[in-house]
Amino acid sequence: MQNYLIEIFGSEIVAYILATVPVLAFIVVFVLFAVWLERKVSAHMQDRLGPMRVGWHGVLQTLADFLKLLQKEDIVASANDKALFNIAPYVVFVTTLITYTMLPFTSIFIGSNADVGIYFVLAFSGAVVAGILMAGWASNNKYSLYGSLRSAAQIVSYEIPTALVVLTMIMLYGTLSLGDITTAQTSQFWNWGIFGGPVLGIGKILLVPFMFVAFIILFISTLAESNRTPFDLPESESELVAGFNTEYSGIKFSMFFLSEFANMFLIGAILVIFFFGGYNSPFGYLGNLLGIEWLIPIEQLFWFLTKGMFFVFVDMWLRWTLPRVRVDQLMTICWKYLIPYAFFNLLIVGLILLI
Amino acid sequence: MALKTEEMILNMGPQHPSTHGVLRLELVLDGEVVHDVKPHIGYLHRCMEKHSEAMTYSQVVPYTDRMDYLASMYNNFGYVGAVEKLMDIKVPERVEYIRVIMGELQRIASHLVALGTFGLDLGAFTPFLYLFRDREKILDLFEITCGARLLYNYMWVGGLSHDIHPDFVRKTKEFINYFRPTVVELNNLLTFNKIFIERTANIGVCPAKEAINLGLSGPNLRGSGVKFDLRKNDTYSIYDRFDFEIPVGEGLVGTVGDCWDRYYVRVQEVEQSLRIIEQAIDQIPDGDVSKEIPRRVKPPVGTVYHRVEAPKGELGYFIVSDGSVNPARVKVRAPSFVSLSAIGQMAKGYLVADVVAILGSLDIVLGEIDR
Amino acid sequence: MSAEEIYNLLKENFGNAILEIVSNVPTEPIISVEPLQINVISQFLRDSNELQFDNLMNLSGVDDNNATKTTNEDGSVSSQGGTLSVFYHLDSFSLKHKITLKTSTNRDVPEVESVTNIWYSANWHEREAFDMFGINFLNHPDLRRILMPYDWEGFPLRKDYENPEFYEGMKIPY
Repeated sequence: MQNYLIEIFGSEIVAYILATVPVLAFIVVFVLFAVWLERKVSAHMQDRLGPMRVGWHGVLQTLADFLKLLQKEDIVASANDKALFNIAPYVVFVTTLITYTMLPFTSIFIGSNADVGIYFVLAFSGAVVAGILMAGWASNNKYSLYGSLRSAAQIVSYEIPTALVVLTMIMLYGTLSLGDITTAQTSQFWNWGIFGGPVLGIGKILLVPFMFVAFIILFISTLAESNRTPFDLPESESELVAGFNTEYSGIKFSMFFLSEFANMFLIGAILVIFFFGGYNSPFGYLGNLLGIEWLIPIEQLFWFLTKGMFFVFVDMWLRWTLPRVRVDQLMTICWKYLIPYAFFNLLIVGLILLI
Repeated sequence: MALKTEEMILNMGPQHPSTHGVLRLELVLDGEVVHDVKPHIGYLHRCMEKHSEAMTYSQVVPYTDRMDYLASMYNNFGYVGAVEKLMDIKVPERVEYIRVIMGELQRIASHLVALGTFGLDLGAFTPFLYLFRDREKILDLFEITCGARLLYNYMWVGGLSHDIHPDFVRKTKEFINYFRPTVVELNNLLTFNKIFIERTANIGVCPAKEAINLGLSGPNLRGSGVKFDLRKNDTYSIYDRFDFEIPVGEGLVGTVGDCWDRYYVRVQEVEQSLRIIEQAIDQIPDGDVSKEIPRRVKPPVGTVYHRVEAPKGELGYFIVSDGSVNPARVKVRAPSFVSLSAIGQMAKGYLVADVVAILGSLDIVLGEIDR
Repeated sequence: MSAEEIYNLLKENFGNAILEIVSNVPTEPIISVEPLQINVISQFLRDSNELQFDNLMNLSGVDDNNATKTTNEDGSVSSQGGTLSVFYHLDSFSLKHKITLKTSTNRDVPEVESVTNIWYSANWHEREAFDMFGINFLNHPDLRRILMPYDWEGFPLRKDYENPEFYEGMKIPY
């Protein structure tokens, strides 16, 4: 896509900047949609209706809320550390957004097909800890401090199983770049990651159970990374009144909120790219059938979004079903269960690949 | 060289989403471990006992409603029981049956709130809404009887304020049939959920002897393994005619006397209350509910202490009468008052998140603590 | 055991500290005891084998309203004397009997021994009696107000209580 834009504009810088505009637009639209979806999903699971008045069945509700938040007074208490307090929400938002540049939306559009794709994503989703710590400390509030400390511990600990499982998948595909991983899983759905990947022949039946285990571990760890229930201690409403978000109002609060939903789609996308074939369709493309070339990227976009949204939906489903896990139990799950399993998984997959 | 650490005092202040009312808990912490919990109450003190001394005996009944506002019928039940004991009034059979049915329906409603808010404190948002949906049906039954949903002023000294509606029996039977499967649904969703068990088992353990010394009563005491229920051990009204069991905590998923046991005792009590209602609803005799209500309530000089098994524990009324139409002293022994005083000992050594769970499992309501 | 038997047993062990038993008034027989001996009596009540009162159901202060009122020359009424009482309702889980105790102390310097070290549930009940009546419980671990604000003046449930004019600068009767 960059090449196409370079042809039009003749300047590389302009082309690259313009290439990120669709991504930004996508994120904003997605967050608006996802907040509405969460409210509807939670409502229907709880035997009630959710927003119904603003727009058809409440689709414009998020827009209305966002407009309201824009108009709110930006409160900065006098005892807060002003510099940190002001930057913190933007740090959190920016680090989450940067990772979107690595995601392959279609075969011709990827923000940046860098060779270190997945490591870039992991590094920046871990950098969000800095933003959260800044927010908790600068709020000058014991509860916020508690919330941000818990969140920092949680994110940093769950980076490890994530990295171990990612290592496993990288061994399978042989490349770090997300675009290449996706193109490797083309043409039939049994080339997808969860069924053992495209490289091996029939012997990949052996790999399938370990792929499932790896998928589950990755699902749980990324859920913990994004502070969603059952791991939502940092924002546990009934104990700490929204944790590190307590002192924020207006635009800054909406930054935190947006970055949480952006993070949710990000982890859905990572799961889909590694295990479910990225933007590839399970049956082949209508474009190929009808002979229309430019239909194919649209279909790929459609498949990518659908699979990602499915995982976002599962996230929401879990949030409204399960109670919250306590801090020390959270650490126990990570260090005593997930890391050993992920490690053994890595060893065994490595052995199988060698043989 | 040892690192100098201090204990931190954290205030779970009067306005807080999970303390059940306006309650201030002062936590003395060392990191996340709790060393002491000091409750500060009095934010909801409405001087009910002083007011009672200026009212007549019948005018006190609405004041008793407002103490434990989630279980108003039982507050009325206790008070009119005490005054009738003092005046030696024998109420008609019909009144007794209706009082028992209303009391047990109220027990179910109160336990539904307790279970729902306990799940809400721990992060399970959905059971709360399911249980409140079912509680609405009970409140509908109360509304067709006396017109009010929360504060009824239904049981008067010597009888009731209104007779039951002609449709009441049929609607109650429909409710019982509708509600039985819901308890199974709640068990599947919350009670045996692994995360819920991890959060509540072995937390806030209170052995039986300590529970008796601390003065706990009701489901809190039964959760610690003591099989004591005022409806069977110190019978009042006509509870001796019904066949029901007393659920006791047995430490199914943890130790006896932990939060899960207290929670599970309440879940089982809901089923037992349904049994009592089923038996009573078929046996209501005919009669006049307001025949025995005296024109002027003027008890003889004396004292009475009458206790009933309210949903939250042992609710006791101590009434001192000096022969006039106003009581000389009405002292309410509220079960949540005593349960809350026990939290200091029960929460020592646990984490901050556990304090919320322990508080939720004690099922307090500030209306009756502060009166 | 019935109330008379308990009364006789206590009288054997404590003699003059047990004052009398009143059993012809509805609805319960009441044993009166000395206020400063209530601690040793309660210890005996809880630990002796025949009695085993391990549960304190209720502890409440009562204003007996028996002060002698005299009208002064300017028409105002002043009262002297009078007592404040504390009622204890005890119950036994194992032996299933109940008893009611009563102690009375004078209004000017009301002092009663605390029974918190025997039944822990008495802790908050005694704080409430102190808050509402001003009864000073000796040896109580933490005697301060519980329902009224900590710096309130006056004892609300006494019969001769009048609201103070101001509390922290706010006028009270409005």
